[in-house]
Amino acid sequence: MSANGLSPTGSEVQPLGDGGGVAPTGAPLLEIANLRVDFHQAGRLVRAVDGLTYAVPSARTVGLIGESGCGKTVSSRAIMGLLPASAHVTGSIRFEGQELVDLPERHMRSVRGGQIAMVFQDPSRSLNPTLRIGPQITEAIRLHTDLPKAAAHDRAVELMELVRLPAAHQRFRHYPHQLSGGMRQRVMIAIALAAEPKLLIADEATTALDVTTQAQIMELLRDLQQRLGMALIMISHDLGLAASFADEVLVMYAGRGVEHAPTRKLFEHVRMPYTRALLDAIPRLENAPHSPLAAVPGQPPDLAHEQVGCPFSPRCPNVTDKCREQAPPFKEQEPDHQWACWHPCGLDERV
Amino acid sequence: MTEPLLQVSNLIQEFTVRDRGGVKTGVVHAVSDVSFELAPGETLGLVGETGSGKSTLARAILQAPPPKSGSVRLRGVELVGLKRQKLTEARRHMQMVFQDPFGSLDPKWRVHELVEEPLIAFKVGSRGQRRTRVDELLDLVGLDPSRFGERRPRELSGGQAQRVAIARALALDPALIICDEPVSSLDVLIRAQVLNLLERLRTELGLAYLFIAHDLALVKQVSDRVAVMYLGKLVEVGPPESLYREPLHPYTVALLASIPSPDPSAPRQPVAETIRGELPSPIDPPSGCRFRTRCPRAQDVCATEEPSMRKLANGHFAACHFPVGRDDAAAPVLGSTVASES
Repeated sequence: MSANGLSPTGSEVQPLGDGGGVAPTGAPLLEIANLRVDFHQAGRLVRAVDGLTYAVPSARTVGLIGESGCGKTVSSRAIMGLLPASAHVTGSIRFEGQELVDLPERHMRSVRGGQIAMVFQDPSRSLNPTLRIGPQITEAIRLHTDLPKAAAHDRAVELMELVRLPAAHQRFRHYPHQLSGGMRQRVMIAIALAAEPKLLIADEATTALDVTTQAQIMELLRDLQQRLGMALIMISHDLGLAASFADEVLVMYAGRGVEHAPTRKLFEHVRMPYTRALLDAIPRLENAPHSPLAAVPGQPPDLAHEQVGCPFSPRCPNVTDKCREQAPPFKEQEPDHQWACWHPCGLDERV
Repeated sequence: MTEPLLQVSNLIQEFTVRDRGGVKTGVVHAVSDVSFELAPGETLGLVGETGSGKSTLARAILQAPPPKSGSVRLRGVELVGLKRQKLTEARRHMQMVFQDPFGSLDPKWRVHELVEEPLIAFKVGSRGQRRTRVDELLDLVGLDPSRFGERRPRELSGGQAQRVAIARALALDPALIICDEPVSSLDVLIRAQVLNLLERLRTELGLAYLFIAHDLALVKQVSDRVAVMYLGKLVEVGPPESLYREPLHPYTVALLASIPSPDPSAPRQPVAETIRGELPSPIDPPSGCRFRTRCPRAQDVCATEEPSMRKLANGHFAACHFPVGRDDAAAPVLGSTVASES
């Protein structure tokens, strides 16, 4: 990856990629097929990701939505090759045609941080508290490009301006503790963008932030994604956030994909009862005070136990015997709309 | 109106900041002149972001630590300055539920011991009566005593642990529960379960809540009145119907614009149009209106004159020189002194 398109032209910020508004074309940037991640913990097998299949077209935003422990973070760490040695990964992760599963670490290193970058939930734990933020950004640039030191410095300031850190020149010499949470997350995004990645994975990148800051960071990410022609995997527990910012949404439950469609289609025609439950559980401004929320009972299953049938069946309002015995296939059942359910909402006359 | 259950007036909480040598370097103005009332059985939602002082306010109400000045009256009893034993006695009517249930439950104790502890502390009933009461309380929060009574906190999920914390708070039959972000650490579906539980307890037991959260949509779900706090001050208080439909304070407008809508076709106002910059330091809050440095409507007068809380609609108060949607009525001519007290 070269540092093309970089000109130290003062404050003017150059777009890094092929420019904005790239329509999805041809083969997807990232293709995940039948991905499984197993952990062996205290003699038990925990299947954290169970046969996940999806694709990310270039320059698009895919929202990966689910509750804690549904496998959304584990599956994205598998893409980055960031899982601990105890994890057993099978299946296929192809990035621009290159297979990443079982890729030797020295090859993985050029992909990770270079072509695929990641932003985590807690910016204060991802930054080195003893180093000024400017050098931390410069380091990332020098690691992934062959820019000389002075040019890397200019580039770092450019990146800081790109992520709209106010007073970038002064901030360059600040330590992480001198910044607010929102500004630290902007620094993390600047570091992630250092190598002009084609794919950015934002793992609950705004969850730890305040509501107004969250909205600002999401707007920034969407703007950068469009300007730089980057693809974005947005991992969140918040369907509302996905509705506002994702092009397509994949809902996960118990390590599996359960519903996947372009955002508008998904929200207009929810098929999987789990997605319905997630949507109905969000407090909405239209609701009257003291109105009860539709809450499904129970909790997600323990992934250390082998699952028979649909994993959502113990909590599902539409459940039948078939659901308990046989897992529904996750497949395209309407154009561009995949789901895994025997009794989908709005289609099953029985419900 | 009946006598308020809780009456908070002119509450101020400040903390001194010292450098390594112990030299005073500044004062954090965490809560500045906050007043409100809470009726029996009423829920007041308190909304604000990190650093707005909402948790400090809750703690100052509980006298942990006591506020620097101001008054907190619970059922007519002044709590500020109350001596230890009297304070403990008064506090039994007022309990608290925190954001992190695991942080507030001793990991070595069993569930039934955790729920029984307040009863022992206040010497309520005999041992047998207490046991019965613990079972009742666990049933009340939807936990089967025979299944969960012997468990320790680490054997519980987040939602179950929060139910135990709620059962503990209910043990002494309080009139008021202060809930500080009670569902923020829970997953969406579990969050809905716990919110519904809190609602059910409110109607069954006639509880009043001071419900603290950062999410305006969540607060609307549970509140009879909503108060918005910014940098240590209340900026807007009103009934949900008018506060959400016709927000008066520009900060409330920004908070509302920040809520991601679960409807992808809903029009979105970019947040950048409603708020700018970062939260100023509470050590040196801006002069005049504290929101002015981030406010798109700010004018010169906002820096020089502090807007006072005034009534602008039925039960609806805001502290702003230029309330949203009231341009004709309230906006003073630029540079003139504001005579806006009603």
